[in-house]
Amino acid sequence: MSQIFHPATNIIAKVTIFGALIVAGLLGGVAYELEMSPYYTNVNVTHEQPVPFSHKHHAGELGLDCRYCHTTVEKSSFAGVPPTQTCMTCHSQIWTNSSMLEPVRFSYRTDKSIAWTRVNAVPQFVYFDHSIHINKGVGCTTCHGQIAQMPLTYRAQTLYMSFCLDCHRQPEKYVRPRSEVFNPNYVAPANQLELGKQLVAEYKIQDTRHLQTCSTCHR
Amino acid sequence: MSSDLNPKLPNALDMDAVRAKLAQEDGKRFWQSIDQLAETKEYREFLENEFPHDPEKDKEGINRREVLKLAAASAALAGLSACTKMPTQKIVPYVKPPEEIIPGRPLFYATSMPLAGVAAGLLVESHMGRPTKIEGNREHPGSLGGTDVFSQAATLGLYDPDRSKTVMHDGRISDWASFEVAMGNAKTQLLTGGTGFRILTETVTSPSLAAQVKDLLKQFPGSQWHQYEPCGRDNVREGARLAFGKPVNTVYKLDQADVIVSLDADFITCGPGHVRYTREFSSRRVVDGLDAKLNRLYVVESMTTSTGAVADHRKALRSSDVEAFARELAAAAGIAGAKGAAGASTIPAEWTAAAGKDLAAHRGASLVLVGEEQPPAVHALGHAMNAALGNVGKTVYYTEPLEANPVNGIESLRQLVSDINGGKVQMLLILGGNPVYDAPADFNFGSTLGKVNLRIHSGLYYDETGEYSHWHVPAAHFLEAWGDARAYDGTASVIQPLIQPLYDGHSANEVVASFTKDAGKDGHEIVRDYWMGQRPEKDKAYEAYWETSLHDGVLAGTAFPPISVTARADVAASGSARGSDDIEIVFKPDPSVFDGRFANNGWLQELSKPNTKLTWDNAAMISPRTAQKLGLIDGDYVKLELGGREMKAGIVLVPGHADNSITLHQGYGRRKAGAVGTGPGFNANLIRPSNAPYIASGLKIEKTGEKYYFAVTQHQYAIDQEGHPATSLEADQAVRRDLIRVATLDEYRKDPNFAVIEEEQATKGLSLYPAFKYEGYSWGMSVDLNKCVGCNACVVACQAENNIPVVGKEQVMKGRAMPWIRVDTYFRGDLDAPEMFYEPVLCMHCENAPCEVVCPVGATVHSPEGLNEMVYNRCVGTRYCSNNCPYKVRRFNFMLFSDYTTPSLFGMRNPNVTVRSRGVMEKCTYCVQRINAAKILSEEQNRAVRDGEIVTACQGACPAEAIVFGNIGDKNSRVSKQKANSRNYSLLDDLNTRPRTTYLARVLNPNPEIRG
Repeated sequence: MSQIFHPATNIIAKVTIFGALIVAGLLGGVAYELEMSPYYTNVNVTHEQPVPFSHKHHAGELGLDCRYCHTTVEKSSFAGVPPTQTCMTCHSQIWTNSSMLEPVRFSYRTDKSIAWTRVNAVPQFVYFDHSIHINKGVGCTTCHGQIAQMPLTYRAQTLYMSFCLDCHRQPEKYVRPRSEVFNPNYVAPANQLELGKQLVAEYKIQDTRHLQTCSTCHR
Repeated sequence: MSSDLNPKLPNALDMDAVRAKLAQEDGKRFWQSIDQLAETKEYREFLENEFPHDPEKDKEGINRREVLKLAAASAALAGLSACTKMPTQKIVPYVKPPEEIIPGRPLFYATSMPLAGVAAGLLVESHMGRPTKIEGNREHPGSLGGTDVFSQAATLGLYDPDRSKTVMHDGRISDWASFEVAMGNAKTQLLTGGTGFRILTETVTSPSLAAQVKDLLKQFPGSQWHQYEPCGRDNVREGARLAFGKPVNTVYKLDQADVIVSLDADFITCGPGHVRYTREFSSRRVVDGLDAKLNRLYVVESMTTSTGAVADHRKALRSSDVEAFARELAAAAGIAGAKGAAGASTIPAEWTAAAGKDLAAHRGASLVLVGEEQPPAVHALGHAMNAALGNVGKTVYYTEPLEANPVNGIESLRQLVSDINGGKVQMLLILGGNPVYDAPADFNFGSTLGKVNLRIHSGLYYDETGEYSHWHVPAAHFLEAWGDARAYDGTASVIQPLIQPLYDGHSANEVVASFTKDAGKDGHEIVRDYWMGQRPEKDKAYEAYWETSLHDGVLAGTAFPPISVTARADVAASGSARGSDDIEIVFKPDPSVFDGRFANNGWLQELSKPNTKLTWDNAAMISPRTAQKLGLIDGDYVKLELGGREMKAGIVLVPGHADNSITLHQGYGRRKAGAVGTGPGFNANLIRPSNAPYIASGLKIEKTGEKYYFAVTQHQYAIDQEGHPATSLEADQAVRRDLIRVATLDEYRKDPNFAVIEEEQATKGLSLYPAFKYEGYSWGMSVDLNKCVGCNACVVACQAENNIPVVGKEQVMKGRAMPWIRVDTYFRGDLDAPEMFYEPVLCMHCENAPCEVVCPVGATVHSPEGLNEMVYNRCVGTRYCSNNCPYKVRRFNFMLFSDYTTPSLFGMRNPNVTVRSRGVMEKCTYCVQRINAAKILSEEQNRAVRDGEIVTACQGACPAEAIVFGNIGDKNSRVSKQKANSRNYSLLDDLNTRPRTTYLARVLNPNPEIRG
């Protein structure tokens, strides 16, 4: 009886099997890269805004405190985007003729809000609360990056669940003294873990079991 | 009804067999529905499955090829769905920020909801200017923090997309400016010699509106003010007139009464002060020791109401026989003057004697209440009894009437109709109300209205009456308008808007102002200025007073003082003597949609009505015995004929209903209510006569041979309490785990631990899993069944708080209604005169939760604080969890029930709770959003969460304070103390699920002289 399969079948079979695995792996890799790419995550992507507001200038060079504009960050889940009035506290005095600021003046004149494009956002089934993070010593720059060096604001982190969990599993890696929360130039000390553990205890940060339970963020 | 619903076919159950079965069980068995007793197939299906309706049956017209195609497509797309790019969003901050608003944090404002004129105090949660949730106002005497279903559902009423959105002129869209011009012209015409201007309002207690109307009447000679309310209190007023010679307002103090007799009075469901009365009644049902002193409630009524269900003694009696009974009772209590023949009512003489004796033994601490539907004579009898029993000033007092102009509504409307027919009315302004729909049938109000030259209607909806009017002006909802109204004790309450009118609505104050010198004034100015004229404080002092009033929701010091009146002792018998065997029909306000004004509210339509558990319809409610006599079965579609008028309605058998009596609730059969309210049910006003608008006799019932399918949830959540099958009755009783536990006060005193069943304790603590260790909080709930009155406020509150969708009648019939909390009703004993018991059932948050272990994707998990969490994003919809839940508290989104498309509803949703999509399981979360908010606040203030700081939505809404929530890890918390009560028990304890929601068994306080 002759052979049913040609000897080359062995090779073909191996190539097909392993080829399929490789292709599947590649596809998976591509999908992962795509998922983590700025196209999806918006990390490092600047958006067109009605006014090219520079955090670098205001927070970095001028040294305005974050809370001057984001007034509710210590009180509410929402940090607060400043009303036009806040811009006009200074800009009714300086740069009053700047064409760049015309949308601000227009808004103030006509009582129509400025529609900013949102930069940092979590999905709607995530209930993030700024005030408790601030209160527990999570600095602004931990999530928002080197904001004081951003001429135009962009997202610094993916804000994916893995990003959140990283800290919720090991808060000591990120927590800083409350006095440093709003410091945009804060650099974690060499003994961060040691300091972090001390702060976690001092600020009574919940144990990681509580921090990781689903209803902490989802409801 | 269309036939593709696969509903249960109404089947002729053998009532005699059911009765025989109950008799055999010694009256000790609890049951939920007649179907259960008859063990119908449908009941079995609901018992064995949480969702017996096979979803596959919904997919008619899909063949195999299509299924494969869809499967392949969904497999291919499933992987991609996770990669959805988040849409670009805009942030739109204020230009100039308003004071006080902190984005992300709610604000609460006090306001009041007028219902039939009477104000209930509310505290409304507002998220950045959007009212989202109603709470009770603790400062308000009519609320004390409690609410009812109507106020809980008010947010949906506000955001209702079917509300009237624009001024209509002759059926065409117009605007307010044109309306004002037209009214200016009409006014000029009237002033230059015209007569015949009439105003028709609902009951008005608002002092500012009444003053405006009176002003207006002065302007136009020959003008008149008519008031009409379909579920009115005409008989109450006439009764007072009969007893005292003038209309007075009766205020009860139920917390002072040891013995209460209700003569067909459902003081828990509606009527002025019902929320307050519920609180007062329940405050006297506390059992936390052997020395507990309970009040005792006797109820005599035709329909089974919440009040009847919480009674210690209840007797079913035709409403028309209540007068005869009232006379017997008065005689039994030793009150002279109430002449009446003994034995005229069907109530056993020894029962009446015992109740009368009890009343007499509690002079000054007893109370007789009379239902609004009862004729004036019975009210007068009630006043006479209270006076003779020395209750006046102790458990009841009288004040000036709440109404600014107390008139008999039916007579007032009758006069209007005859004047219209006599050509005396040229212009009619209808301020609120919907008389074309709800006026008595013999007024033919629709066609009569056509004879008026200029008809103006102001209402929330472009409804039956709006359609008949030349001008229709959208009214402002009470959540978007300024106003005032009086509470049950006369306290003037502020109606404060939470939001600008959504659809250019105008309040009654503003509409009336457009005819007077106040034209152009807005509602705020009208109300504020009115009270400025009334108050002694001036200028700055007044500003302070007004600010305080707005904060508290009540104008301090405006409650009416008690007045001294003398009730006449001899009340002549009225014409409502006991009819022989004829059948009476009772028209009552519906417990869900009231007089029809809430017909377009899906939350209320889908609410299971107390005791009957009927949704989406009203029905001709009839007792099983009378149905048997007439050869009727559940779901028969019959013709009802009364005084030559006829209508059709479906029959629903109500165990405990009085014989030879039919109850037909008003508010249904609307022709033009909106997408939700148009259609369901039967319009009682088609046969309701003006000479007997509440109780009418001489009803004829005729079978049509057709069937009507009702959506009744009575046994849809039946919990399998039989456990393993038993072979004999004794064995059956041994293994049956009653879900509701009841004892009398004497039994409780003998055995305070009666609710604990030894056999159930055997398995306690056994587990294959290591015990969960709790550090910090551990949440739990306790429900006191002795306080619960089954009013459903918790159900609607939960729906509002947790963005729970409405599913519609068809889906309810399939057992897919979505409420996270339900109020189960249990009956005990005789089919014709059962006792009734309520039990609110929500997620038990079991320690050993059966749902958690079967979820293949970890979508339901245990939190370190003991919550049984539901993670919508993980859920893939296997429904294993609901299959494994012995309490049947899990609800599944079989379809996209949440409304994702109607923009007006977006504003209504609670921003702190996810809106669930199709294919996702959901259930009670113990309001985890409120827990988290309180925890965050407490941690920011560097303290622990205080006991009572977290109030779940159901707990907050409860007028009876039956629900307590808190940290069971803290032995001193209220919930721990309540769980330490000897009456504490869990449902299905022997399953060792160890629920965190536990119950306090009910303790009845029967009169030892009455047996059975």
